[in-house]
Parts: sequence; C-alpha cells; structure tokens
Amino acid sequence: MSQLLTSAPHRGGLPAPVPTGPVRLHINGETRTLQLAPWTSLLDALREYAHLTGTKKGCDHGQCGACTVLVNGRRINSCLTLAVMHEDDDITTIEGLGTPDNLSPLQQAFVDHDAFQCGYCTPGQICSAQGLLNEGRAHSEAEIKELMSGNLCRCGAYTGILNAVQEVVAAQGEMVK
Amino acid sequence: MSQTDHIGKGPNRVDGPLKVSGTAHYAGEFNVPNLAYGYVVNSPIAKGKVVQVHADEVLALPGVLAVYSHENVPHLAWFDRSYKDLLAPGGSPFRPLHSPDITFNQQPVALVMAETFELARYAAALLRVDYEQEKHETNLETKRTEGYLPGGGKLGYAPPPPPRGNPEKAWKNADQKIEAEYTHGAQHHNPMELFTSTVEWLGKDKITVYDKTQGVFNVQRYLTGVFGLSKDNCRVVSQFMGGGFGSGLRPQYSVFMATLAALELKRSVRVTLTRQQMFSIGHRPNTLQFVKLATNPDGSLASLQHHALHETSLFEDYTENVVNWSGMQYQCDNVKLGYQLAQLDVYSPQDMRAPGAATGNPGIEIAMDEMAYAAGLDPLEFRFRNYAERDQNVDKPFSSKKLRECYREGAAKFGWDKRPLEPRSMREGHLLTGWGMAGGVWDAMQMPSRASARITADGRLLVLSGAGENGAGTYTIMTQIAAETLGLPLEAVTFELGDTDQPQAPLQGGSWTAASVGTAVKNACDALGEKLLKLAQKQKDSPLKDADYDEVEFVNGQLRLRRDPDRAVVLRDLLQASGVTQVEAESTALPNMLKQNGYSLHSHNAVFAEVQVDEDLGTVRVTRVVNAVAAGRILNRKTARSQVLGGVVWGLSMALMEETIMDHKFGRYVNHNYAEYHIPVNADMPHIDVLFVHEDDDIVNPLGVKGIGEVGMLGVTAAIANAIFHATGKRVRDLPIMLDKLL
Amino acid sequence: MYPFTYSRATDVADAVRDKAGHGASAYLGGGTNLIDLMKYNVEQPAHLVNVAKLPLDKIEDLPDGGLRLGATATNADTAWNEQVKARYPMLNQAILAGASPQLRNAATNAGNLMQRTRCYYFYDIETPCNKREPGSGCSAIGGYNRIHAILGASEACIATHPSDMCVALAALAPTVRVSGPNGERSIAFEDFHRLPGDQPQYDNILAEGELITSLDLPEKGFAKNFTYLKLRDRHSYAFALVSVAVGLELEGNTITDARLALGGVAHKPWRDKSAEQLLKGQPATAETFGRVAAHVVANAVGQGSNDFKIELARRAIVRALQQATEGRQRATDAFLNSNP
Ligand SMILES: Cc1cc2nc3c(=O)[nH]c(=O)nc-3n(C[C@H](O)[C@H](O)[C@H](O)COP(=O)(O)OP(=O)(O)OC[C@H]3O[C@@H](n4cnc5c(N)ncnc54)[C@H](O)[C@@H]3O)c2cc1C
Ligand code: SF4
Ligand code: FES
Ligand code: FES
Repeated sequence: MSQLLTSAPHRGGLPAPVPTGPVRLHINGETRTLQLAPWTSLLDALREYAHLTGTKKGCDHGQCGACTVLVNGRRINSCLTLAVMHEDDDITTIEGLGTPDNLSPLQQAFVDHDAFQCGYCTPGQICSAQGLLNEGRAHSEAEIKELMSGNLCRCGAYTGILNAVQEVVAAQGEMVK
Repeated sequence: MSQTDHIGKGPNRVDGPLKVSGTAHYAGEFNVPNLAYGYVVNSPIAKGKVVQVHADEVLALPGVLAVYSHENVPHLAWFDRSYKDLLAPGGSPFRPLHSPDITFNQQPVALVMAETFELARYAAALLRVDYEQEKHETNLETKRTEGYLPGGGKLGYAPPPPPRGNPEKAWKNADQKIEAEYTHGAQHHNPMELFTSTVEWLGKDKITVYDKTQGVFNVQRYLTGVFGLSKDNCRVVSQFMGGGFGSGLRPQYSVFMATLAALELKRSVRVTLTRQQMFSIGHRPNTLQFVKLATNPDGSLASLQHHALHETSLFEDYTENVVNWSGMQYQCDNVKLGYQLAQLDVYSPQDMRAPGAATGNPGIEIAMDEMAYAAGLDPLEFRFRNYAERDQNVDKPFSSKKLRECYREGAAKFGWDKRPLEPRSMREGHLLTGWGMAGGVWDAMQMPSRASARITADGRLLVLSGAGENGAGTYTIMTQIAAETLGLPLEAVTFELGDTDQPQAPLQGGSWTAASVGTAVKNACDALGEKLLKLAQKQKDSPLKDADYDEVEFVNGQLRLRRDPDRAVVLRDLLQASGVTQVEAESTALPNMLKQNGYSLHSHNAVFAEVQVDEDLGTVRVTRVVNAVAAGRILNRKTARSQVLGGVVWGLSMALMEETIMDHKFGRYVNHNYAEYHIPVNADMPHIDVLFVHEDDDIVNPLGVKGIGEVGMLGVTAAIANAIFHATGKRVRDLPIMLDKLL
Repeated sequence: MYPFTYSRATDVADAVRDKAGHGASAYLGGGTNLIDLMKYNVEQPAHLVNVAKLPLDKIEDLPDGGLRLGATATNADTAWNEQVKARYPMLNQAILAGASPQLRNAATNAGNLMQRTRCYYFYDIETPCNKREPGSGCSAIGGYNRIHAILGASEACIATHPSDMCVALAALAPTVRVSGPNGERSIAFEDFHRLPGDQPQYDNILAEGELITSLDLPEKGFAKNFTYLKLRDRHSYAFALVSVAVGLELEGNTITDARLALGGVAHKPWRDKSAEQLLKGQPATAETFGRVAAHVVANAVGQGSNDFKIELARRAIVRALQQATEGRQRATDAFLNSNP
C-alpha cells in the first residue's frame, strides 16, 4: 500500500529572511566589519565572509571540534555560536597563531610529531591545544588526553597530537610525571 | 652516506606547515568570486515516488536562485555507462535528480540554490515535497536465504576461489571444531571534511571543479560523461582532501549537484553536504559471516569454511573481497569460501578502508581464536602451526612474506610469552585484563600511473602527477622519491598533485599510491636523468663521456660516475652551461606482469592488544597495542607510522564503537551524526607501538613498497575482541562490543 | 535554520521585557544547544535575546553558607571554581564528565538545565516525535532506544534528560531562582524538571518568559564522601548511558545522610529520595548497597534496546556507593582519578 506524505510542512508560514547589518569582529588582531544576518554562525562568518578558511567545518553541530577558535583566549566551537554574539570579542583563528614560515611552538610540534594526516582536524586541534595551554590545567598525559577529547580526528592521529601537546606543555615546565 | 638519500627515513611532511597553519586549501576553500550556494534536500522515505516538488513557494524568497529536481533537470546523458565511474560495480549507477523514484532513504531529491549558504539552507528547509510511500525492506535478517552470487564485479573484486579438498567432510570427522556466526552493522566513512565541491564557472561551459575526491580523473570522466563536457572544459582539482577512506573513490552527488547548478546558472557554485548527508553516500555494508573450522590432533587446520552475506542496493551489485583472504592466510587443504549479496532498499555500499578485509578479518581471526581455545592451544602457537608458506588460493608462492617475523617481533615487544592461556586469569579488583592477538593480510597492488619531471636552471625540480593527498603523505613520499632519484635535497623538489591537467594517476585507494605513483615518479625522474646525462655528455670534455645511465648516480646535486665519483658534474652548472632553461621528461609506470605473474603479492601484519574490562560495568579500555607490519620497503618511517597508528584507531573503533543504526520502520539511519555515531577520541587511546619488519621485495615493484594504509587496520579489531574474551571469558561475535554486551 | 532577529539584553529586566515583546522568542545562552537545534530546524524561534553577557556570571557565597552559581557563568568556570572544587566536588566532576572543554567554555549553567533531550527522533524532523510535534507519535517506542528512559517514562515519550551537571545538582538540591514577567520566584531543583506524562513538549515547569538567574546551592556539599560515575559508549565526549551521583555522610561505617541521583535513565535528573531513606542509618556495606540499588530499579521498564540499562544502573549504583564510601572519586574514567 502506498501512503502519501509531505516533508517540511511549514509550521510558522514562510518567514522572510532577516536583513544583514554590520558586525564588527576583531580577528587575529585586525578589526573587520562584516555584513551579516543574525543567522550566520561565527564559523561561516570566518570561512565564507572573512575568507579565513583555516577554521574547518566537520559537523556544524558541536560534535567534532574542527571549528575550534579562541574567543578572548578561550577555546569554543565556532559552529555553535553566532557571529553577532561576538561584537568586539577578540577572535584568534589558526591563521592568527602562526604562518608556514613562522610556526608557533604548537604548530611546529604538530609537524615534528606528525600529529595529523589529512590535516582537516588539525587547525581545530591546535586551537584547542592553545586553549588548553591558556587554561593551564593539563599536567599529565591522562589530563591532556581528556582535555583534548573535544576534537575528533578521523585519521586517528591522536598519539602524535598527545605527544605534540605534551612537548609544548613540558617546555613550559608544566608537566608532572 | 649522502645527504640526499631520503627514502626509509622520517623527514617531516613537506605539506606539514601548510596543514598546521590553515593554509592548505581543501575543496570548499577556493573563494572564487560571485559564488552561489547550494543545499541538498533528501528523501525522508526509503521507497516510493516523488509526486511533486513545490519549488515555486521557495523561489518566491528573494535571493533564492533555483530549485533543481527531477521535474526540471535538463536533459543529461541517457545511457548508464555515461554515469559509470572507474569504480562502479555491476548494475546501474544512481543518477541524482533523474527520476521521481525513491530507492533509499536520504536519497537526494532536490538542490536549492541561493545567494548565501544560510538562505539556501533555509529554503531547503521550507521546500515542500510530496511523496508516495511504498513498503521498504532494509533488514538484512529478512534476506538470510535470499543471497545471490554477484555476476560481475568492480575494479579489484575477485570472486572467491573454488573450494579445495572436502571441507565439510573434514569438519564432520574432526574431533575439535567450531562453528560460529559473526556480524556487524553498517559503518560510514565519516571523513572529517564534509563532501564539498566548488565549481568555478569560466564562461562558455568551461569549468574548474574543486572537489573532495580520491580521484580527479574519475570525477572528470564522470562529469564529462554526464554533462557532455569536453575534457578541456572540465578541469578537476583536489590538492588536499580532508580524509577519504574510500568515500571519495566514486564521484559523490555533491559534485554532480554543483556542476549541474554551475552549468545552469552560468555561475560559480559551492555545494557542501551536511554531516547527516554524509550518511547517504555509501557505507561499509551490514554483513553476516559464518565460519566453520576444525583441527587435526596436531593442531593443524583440517577444515576452513568462511561464508559472507552482505547488503547492497537495488540498483548496483556492490562487491568487495570478504572471504578470499581466509583461504590464503592459513595452510589448509580443505577450504570452502562463499560470498553472497542481498538487495535491500538502501544506498549502494562503498569501499571503506580495507574494504572486504576489514570485514572478513575479524570473522576469520576471532574464529581462529575460538578454534585455538577449542584445541587447547595458545593462539599464536596455533597460527605458527598453520603458517601458509604458499598462497593456496592461487597456488603461488608469495613474492615476500615476513609474517612470521611480525608474529615474533610483535610478541616479543608485547611480552606475549607471559600470557596465561586461561581466560579471566589476570585480575586487579574488578578490572579484568586480557591479551589477544590476530593477524592480517592485504593486497600489494600497483596501478598504471604517469608522472612528469622538470628541472630548471636554478636546480629546482618540479614533479607532477594527478594523484591525491588524503593524509597518506603523498606529497612527502613523492618528494622523497624524486629527490633521491636525482640526488637533490628535499627543499629543491616540489611535487604537485591533484589536477587533471597533470599526468594521469590512478584512484587514491587500496594502498597502491606509493607503488603506482611512486614508480611513475621514479621513472619520470630517471627519464629526466637520462636526458641530463645526455646533456652532460654533449659538453666539451665531459667527465661522463661514454657512461651508460646505469653507470652513473645522482648524489648531492651532482651527476657522477658510480665507480669514480670524482668524475662528476654539478647539475646546476650543467644546466647553466648548456644554456637550457629547463629539461623535462614524462613517463608511465605499469606493473611488470611478467615478473609478478608467478607470485602472490601481499602485505601482512600481526597485532597484539591488551584490554581492561570492568567486570561489573562492562566498560572496556584498550591499554596497549603492538602492531607489527611487513609491507616491503618503508619510504617514510614517520608518515608510515602515522598510517599504522591511524589503522589501530580504526580497528579499535570497529571493535568497540562504530555502527550506523538502521531504524527498519523508517528504513532510515538514526544516529546519523558525529555525536551518536561514535569514533574514538583522544581519551580512548591506548599506548601503541608500531613495528616495521624488514622485508625486501624486488618482485612487487621497482620500489619494493607494498602500501600500509589498509593492512595497518587489519588484525586490530579481532585482537581486541580476542583480548576481551581472554579478559572476561565472554565471546562477543556481534561488533561493536559495547558495554551492554559484556554485562 | 529559520530566520530570526537578535538582541543583546543589558540587564535582567531588559531581557524579560525584550523577550515578552516578541512572539516566538527564546533566550540565548552559550547557544550550544539552541543553535544546534535551530540548525536542525527543531527549534524555530523568530527572535533571540542574548542573555549570555548579563551580569549573572558570578559565583559567590550566600549568607546561609551556601553558594550561588550565576545563571550565565559558564559550565567551565563553574566546574573549575575554587569554591565548587573544594565544597561541591561532585558538581565539579559531573560538569567535567560532560560535553567537551570547548562546549563547557561556551555553555551556561542555565542553558545546561534547559538543554533538551538527545533522542534521535526528536532531532530528526523527518520522524514523528511527541516532544517536538505533540500528537505526532513517539518513534522511540518500538524504535531504537538505546539512550532512552527506564524510569518515569510515559506512553507519549521515553526521552531522557541528557545533562551530567544536573545529576549532581539533583543530588545537591539547590534552588533555581528565576525572574519573569510576573516577578521573581524560587523553584526547588527537584521540582524544576518534569516527567513527560501526556505533555512531553514540556521539559520543565518554567513559565513562558521566565529567565533563570541563579542556582543557589545549600551549604551541604558532601565534599568528603561523594562520587559521580558516568558510563558511556566512549571514554569522553559522549552522553551518559547511565550516570550516578552519590553524596554520603558517614559516622564510622554508618550512613547518616545520603543523596542519590541518576542520569540517563529518565526524563528528568532522577533523584531517589526513598533510596536515600533506605540508606540512612544503615552500615555502608555491599549488602546495603545491593538492596538499595535493587530498590531504585525495582520499577524500571526497558524499551528493547535500552533493557540493559536496568542492570547497568543497578550495578552502577552499587559501584558509586562503594566509591563514595571509600571517600574518593574513582570512576572508570582514568582522568577523573587525578582530580580532587
Ligand atoms: C556534541 C555535544 C555533546 C554534549 N555532551 C554533553 C554531555 O556529555 N553532558 C552534558 O551534560 N551536556 C552535554 N552537552 C550539552 C551542553 O551541556 C549544553 O548544550 C549546554 O549546557 C547548553 O548551555 P548553553 O548556554 O549553550 O544553552 P543554549 O543553547 O544557549 O540554550 C539552551 C536552552 O536554554 C535556554 N536558556 C538559556 N539561558 C537561559 C536562561 N538564563 N533562562 C532561561 N532559559 C535559558 C535557551 O532558550 C534554550 O532553550 C553536549 C552538547 C553537544 C553539542
Ligand atoms: S522519546 Fe520523546 S523525544 Fe523521543 S521520539 Fe518519543 S516523544 Fe520524541
Ligand atoms: S564543526 Fe563545529 S564542532 Fe564540528
Ligand atoms: S588529520 Fe585527518 S582528521 Fe585529523
């Protein structure tokens, strides 16, 4: 027997899109004013409007950590926050941590420990690790593993990631054995 | 030792600085101007018809550009074969937006185009589609007796070899025997990067397609076939890929959609799938396996039977090699291997890391553990007693096989000799510790491949081949091969890939890239080397006059005579003195069939795992894994190790976590996201040791490499399952082993 | 995601007024649940009032010896707060067992209370769900229900409340202070969340327009004998299948006061007061724990794929009581060992 079914029945009619307005963001030390509607996530604002594609989209739902950026020094998932919520916040993305010719200690440690394969989770991992360093709460291998668990890596580069972060934490004299 | 022998060492990835700084560009990151954005709408039913697409309602929204569905898609290629990509199995490939028929849940039914991503997403949510729903069947259990042997197959598929001996009789007559069924549900590749295509409209039906793919030439072939474009007008580029694991071997509907919209709108377009849609693009099939083993009193295998049944779609006979491995892994004269498909209202499965083997391996390797226990033997000892010196499937010797060394070196590293045979014999409070092991085998394949090499007057070498980089380290390895062949420092060499304007490379899969593209790169560099030698010989008073190519070597930027290294020319001087701006060569590498035909070509590994199981709560923690791999020559120890580490994570994931759950009422996957489709996180990681066992092989290919991406995953799942048995005395045969199965 | 207008509230009154001034509107905390659901079209507010930057982010002592957790303090700031660590370590552990560091940095305390179920069907607008579309049916009943309720469910809905933090809160019994169009009120935590009954669309008793302003913890923190035990499908960044929060007071080996709450088993954080009564005055022995655990799950009902939770919950309760008695957090999660 066949049965009729309609997808996407509109519950609230067809509300019209909301116009854009200027949103001022401080990204990597630079002030950028972007024309955005409220429904633009910080992640999409970075990738599609500011053309900073270093920040990655792996799920768009807070489930993978690929979109991790630092807002006022703290790591968050940029996919589950709206750009308009960050007027005047300081946003640091992977591009703000270092460049290919001038890598940050974490970025260099990731290269040295081969802490990635495809590289797609990597900016998020590094921003997350930078957040972890800023927090200063990871002092053991177990703590680093747990506090780096908000970032999935489908390539399975976790061992390298752990070793890279361990190296930088240790260099800051914060590892306990 | 020269400073330009790079192979076998572990230099950092040459593309590392790009990847860690966010400057490596993936498919969705080419910011071409005036982009239009697409969002795909998928079917909520598994079977039936689209009755109507109410496009006009959303087209009324300002900024919505178009809605494409079967109702208005322009006339495209008519024949199935135009849609057949290089890896299409038998049957008729799925044609997106082609007909109103729905053959699987989440089938794409429409594409909404708009000025912004957010608007396209919104309009897609609003789009009303009427469906006529029919009864579907998505449950493999209902097809137990309806399996059939696929007729044709796809690239790389081999039907099971014919039976040998009399396995059933041997099984019946044996004293010690086991019989068991092993299962796992569907699994999805879920690479981190979402499938994305950015199609740049260059005017007059000319496009450049930045696609997430494991094969730019395959996508080009597909798009030119489907849309009637000439190759010149359809360039496909993929310089970085955020993981594929097989999902990018065949062109996905995202690239179809983006290309369609670009050609229709005459505008550049980006289409990105959602994570949920990543569960509609192919999967490792839900599989049932039946294994029967029996031993003789001396512990040798008397009978080995392995049968598999897995799902496929209604329109394609997806095939993979599930059981064949079992026939070559152990010495046994009574063997029967069976393989069948069953059609369900699901999308076609698709090759997923170590396709077939990742399924069959836990089947046979858990069974071998069960058999070892039934025979009262240590599982490792049991494998030594049944070591296959020849590949009995094809009755050929192995070109090389250092599995014995894998077993030995792995066991030594792990401390296997201290293992008590008895399950449940290692306990600390409520934590039970268990040790398990298993082994794996995978093909060492080589595909035809081309590459070009060009050296310029400044001494820089540029090497091109349209291969892929999905994390395996292609940039780095090819740079190493080229640099070593022509005696240059790594910094002097640039390797570029992932562009249909480059010489043709095979699909990036099956662990064959190193062998295939690597050989092509080596050949191209050698061809260039010969030209350089000729150039040198043209010079007045050349120190290399009369030298044959095999008498010279390239070391440290010099071309010199092997037997008399003082007779040398500096490459850069040579080029400058000759007044040429560049020298170029291109070459093809084909597998040497003549040499290979008499042999079975395979890589092997042995895995040892330790688990801790909470006896009361069923939680499992994998604490240690040793993975010993024999895969010929290791080109780069660092990236190779990473691949094996990744393989361990995949094996662990399959053992303990991964499963896409089908709700048969809806014929729809329910955990179609990263929050409920679990893959391991850092906190799940064991300590992992990777060992590369020395293995020379000059038959397999000139480089002596076998590839490691797939074999590194094998054995892991079974070793963990076997360790859990050793810890708890519970044999779980249905993967993944989640805590409820151990309560 | 549907379109919406946006404003940032400057103070509590402004927030309440602003929300009331718009029809289908919602408060926005960290956004980690609301924006997630909006992207799936599950929630479709036409207006968002950002309350995350209201001055409600303090954690401060209360005159009665308790501790006030600001509604907009982040989960991370709450967990790592020195007072919380010292006086309510169970809460610290529960928060850290949930979500990920990034999510905890964004998520607010109020948002955590208000987060909605993770039921697969609730999230998938293509399937019927009474919570999302009252009257459409419950797909989880007879469907796949591994993460669903075994206690207090109804024929309309078998969803669970997904929070970890709230399980510890249930055991610690704070009051939830709210401010709304009709003024302020305080709600006992145990009354805040509700069971589904025949109105599963309501997760809690908050009235339209009410804003959570703080969580006021009583003085008693069970800092000596406590545990938060979370069982899940991977070792981090996964929701609880079953979790147990326990706080005990012991005199010698006799239990003089007890708190026991479960997560992952019901539509609300499941505090079992009768079990607490059963514990009081009893020796802290395996026998007592077994009896109490059996009592807690005596009326549990499985739905098929979650049947295992009944036995798992029983064993987890026993383990949690043991751990709390031993006076140390010793969950199966290695990381948790190294903390307080
Ligand atoms: C992938 C993932 C994994 C997760 N894992 C876990 C886990 O393991 N354990 C766990 O406990 N949680 C987990 N979470 C959930 C997380 O804890 C919640 O999303 C978070 O606590 C919500 O807080 P928020 O401030 O972001 O809320 P929002 O998303 O901002 O809001 C949620 C709801 O609260 C309402 N609201 C916000 N502030 C107020 C207020 N002051 N007064 C009244 N109503 C208000 C909003 O209107 C909305 O309805 C996970 C989330 C994700 C995305
Ligand atoms: S359990 Fe509740 S939330 Fe889930 S489908 Fe049923 S009604 Fe909806
Ligand atoms: S993209 Fe934000 S967490 Fe996955
Ligand atoms: S490096 Fe590929 S997902 Fe982490």
